[in-house]
Formats: sequence, structure tokens, C-alpha cells
Amino acid sequence: MSITQEADIRREGETAVVYANEYLNKITGEKIERECRDKIAAGCSRLLVSFRDTEIVNSIGISILLGVIDAASGANAEVVFTDVNPDTAHLFETLGLSRHARIVTA
Amino acid sequence: MPQSEQKLIHTFSALADIGQEVAHKYNFHEMIRTSFHLLLGSLAIMRGGIARYSRFGHELNFLAVRGLGDDFPVSASIDPADEREFLTAGMSAIEVSQAKMLIFFQRYQPFVEKKGIELIIPMIVHDELVGLVMLGEKASGEPFNSADRAIVQAMARHIGVGIYQRNLLAELERKAEQNRRLYEEMRLTYADTVKSFAAAIDYKDKYTEGHSVRVGKYSELIAKSLGWSEERVEGVAVAGYLHDVGKLTVEKRIINSPTRINAKESAELSKHPVVGYDILLPIHHPYTDVPLAAKYHHERLDGRGYPDGLRDDQIPYIAKIVNLADSFDAMTTNRPYKARRPAHEVIEDLQRNSGKQFAPELVTALCEGMLDELEGGSEDKSFRRLLGREYMEAEGIIPMLRNALNGINATGSLTLIASE
Ligand SMILES: [Fe+2]
Ligand SMILES: [Fe+2]
Repeated sequence: MSITQEADIRREGETAVVYANEYLNKITGEKIERECRDKIAAGCSRLLVSFRDTEIVNSIGISILLGVIDAASGANAEVVFTDVNPDTAHLFETLGLSRHARIVTA
Repeated sequence: MPQSEQKLIHTFSALADIGQEVAHKYNFHEMIRTSFHLLLGSLAIMRGGIARYSRFGHELNFLAVRGLGDDFPVSASIDPADEREFLTAGMSAIEVSQAKMLIFFQRYQPFVEKKGIELIIPMIVHDELVGLVMLGEKASGEPFNSADRAIVQAMARHIGVGIYQRNLLAELERKAEQNRRLYEEMRLTYADTVKSFAAAIDYKDKYTEGHSVRVGKYSELIAKSLGWSEERVEGVAVAGYLHDVGKLTVEKRIINSPTRINAKESAELSKHPVVGYDILLPIHHPYTDVPLAAKYHHERLDGRGYPDGLRDDQIPYIAKIVNLADSFDAMTTNRPYKARRPAHEVIEDLQRNSGKQFAPELVTALCEGMLDELEGGSEDKSFRRLLGREYMEAEGIIPMLRNALNGINATGSLTLIASE
């Protein structure tokens, strides 16, 4: 798990890969949204958010993910949540995030 | 776990977190941002905004927005009629479809509708509109049901309390600033009054023109040399300015007598410390001990002073400072029956009378103050200004001052030297 407060984000061609880690659930997670907006502005058409190191997602995390979705929808970019554990996948389903992003479970 | 239960836990955690956030976060804007995330994230609401209401400008200012686009106004005006409408609604969420009669809605309809705002929640604390929460559609696409509305209303109430607290704090800070300015003005007015009193006292005494002002300055310099706080230094200066205020009631002829005065006249003049005390006592001074300084500025450590013949530790400290400043000015200025004495004689006199008339540590402070100015340790040129450059820079002054200070350092007190 990353201990840095910086958003863990890298670009692979048209795809930007973001690691949600644990800071997604805190105000510092706003950085993820900002980085995603930057990557979209720079021409990325696909945002991949990895939940490999994310145990749970709280309301702050959901809000930040909605920010990512908002950023992507403005540019017709695709959003994929990967490595999502079953509980979190259920939550995304219930709250309706699955209508705006493709969910790939771990 | 069943989905409905998981959703409930998720939502209620957000409600609990928002309470914590409002109660404990010191940084207002961070509190608002975090609360906004919690609010949107609790039900996965796609867009919305939190605005603070200013009653003075009837204006809403958005503190946080999400998904409302760059063209959404950062501030919006609210009609007093709308304010009453919101107060009537209480904390209940207003469906946008029911809000069409609001002037606010009519004015901002294009924005509100285009951005899909569904709910408007007035934040009301103690019958006061503190802001609005606007919420757009949920990610699920489902309409807000009554349970959803109850949750967002509860969260908006928390945020409203946070804004209300912030408003109170801002008001408190504004009042404190007002008080500070008022106090500063009063202090200046007081200082001006003191100076005009000093001028009035000095005006009566043509031979000792400027005496009170100088005693004020010397008292201030001694207190500064002692390392006292600015406020205490000011207090001592005021005591110096006013020490002879009792002379206002002494006949001008006696004060201005070109020759030594007779016993009766002397007795009359000796009343001035007590008269001064009586004049100053009823006045509310921002500093303590100003009346006492006037009453006891002619007392001596050895008990041979007046009016009460007090000894050393019976004499208020402030009076000891003013006494030294007063005597120092008497020695260094021309009097009708006595010419000004040269600097070296004055220093000798201070040494000789240290422990008899003057408190030794105060003599030290005065000598140190002068030495500091002469040796360039301080930027202050007060002694030169008060005594004249030539007088202060007379030959041999620096070694004499050093010598006097060594005498005190060697014995711990000048009393021994003085009594030999
Ligand atoms: Fe006096
Ligand atoms: Fe005096």
C-alpha cells in the first residue's frame, strides 16, 4: 500500500491508471479527481481506477469517484473500476455508480 | 451482507462523520469541503452545491460545488420575500418543481434546470437562514424518497450549524477588533489628556519649563532600561508626566519665587504630592499606581522624605522611579537659585545618594540607559535630546558611568560606597 499522499497515477497510451489506495476516503483524495481531470484534458479517453489496495470505500470516496465520473462524462471518456472486492462492488451497484462506470471485480 | 443493510450502514456512517467533522474541524473551508463530499457520497448524488447566505447583502455565496459547470454563478442574490419563504419551509427539502414561485428560482431557473437540481434545502439555525444546499440527481437515477430526504436534511442541518458557528466567530472577531480600536482611541485620548495636563503644570512654573514632560520621559527611559513591558513603561511615563499635578493649586508666586522660599511657603509647596494624589485618585487610569506615584515622589529610601517619611520597601516602586527621574531633572536643569550641574557631578551625586534617597537598581538602570545610548548600543537618542548633545558627550562621562556601574556590580549595591 502506498504511504504517500500523492495520487498514484500513471498513463499508458490513451488509458490513465489510478490507484485509489486508502486516501480516496479522505479529503486528500480530491487529488485523484484533479489528476483525472488533467489526464482527460491531456487526451486520455479511458480512466482505470484500481481498487487493488482499497478495502472499503466511504462516502468521501464515493463523492470523489463521482467527481471522476463527472470529469470523464464531460469528455466522453470511459471509466472502469478494477480489482473491486465483492462488498465494494455491491455498494457501487446499490448506489448506482455501476450505471456510470464499468465494474471489474477482483 | 444484504444490499439494503450495506447501504444503510454507508449512509449512517456519513451522517456520523459529518457530525464529527462540524464539531471538530478547525479549518472552516476544509470542514465544508469534507462535509460536502460526505453529503454527496452518502446517497451518491451526482451534482450539487453548498452556499452560505449573507443577511447583509441578501446574497448566497457558493462554498463548494460539484458538476454544476463553469457557468454556474458563484454568488446569487436572494429576495427578502424568498428569505421569508425559506424560513417558512424550515429545514425541509424543497422540490424544485414546487419552487417555481420563488423569485430566486425564476431568476436562476436556466441554471437550476439545466443542471438538474432536484432539491433545495434551506439551512436554518436559530430561526436564521445561514445558507442553502442544492442537490442534483442520484447516480442510481431514482428519485429522492422520503428516507433520502430525511438523511440529506439531517446532514444539511449539521453543515448549517458549522456555518452558524463560523458566523458567530466572525462576529466575535469583528467585535474584538472594534473593541481593540476603541481601546486604542481611548488610550490615545488619555495620553493626549495627560500631556496637556503636564503642559498646564509646566506652564505655571516658568523656571522649570518642560519639567513634567522631562520627568515623564526619564521615568520611561528608566523603566525601559529595566526591561519592562510596553504597557508598564507607558504607565510609568504617565506617572512621571503627572507627578507634580498638585502644584496646580500652589500659588504661582511661591512656585516662581526667584529666591529660596520661607518656611511657610515651603510648607505650602510640600502639600503638592498629597493634593496631586487627591486630584488623580478619582480618575480612572488605564495604569495602576499613577496616584501613588504623585503622592510619594518626594519620599526617600532613608525615610527622610515627605509627606509620610516612608522607608525603602514601604515606598511604591513607581514612586521610586519618578523620584529618581524628578531629582535627575532638577540636577540637570537650571533653577532660579541654582545653576545646572555638570554631568560628572550629577553622576557622583547619584552614586552618593544611592541607597539613601534612590533605589540602587534604579540608579543602575538610569546609568545603563545613558551608557547604552552613548556607546551606540541603542538607536534611541532621548538622553541627548533631553540634556543636549554637548552635555551628554562631555569628556569622561563614559568611564564615569562604567565606574558607577562597576561599583554597583562589585558590591551588589551602592549603599556601602555611599555610606562610607
Ligand atoms: Fe514634586
Ligand atoms: Fe517635580
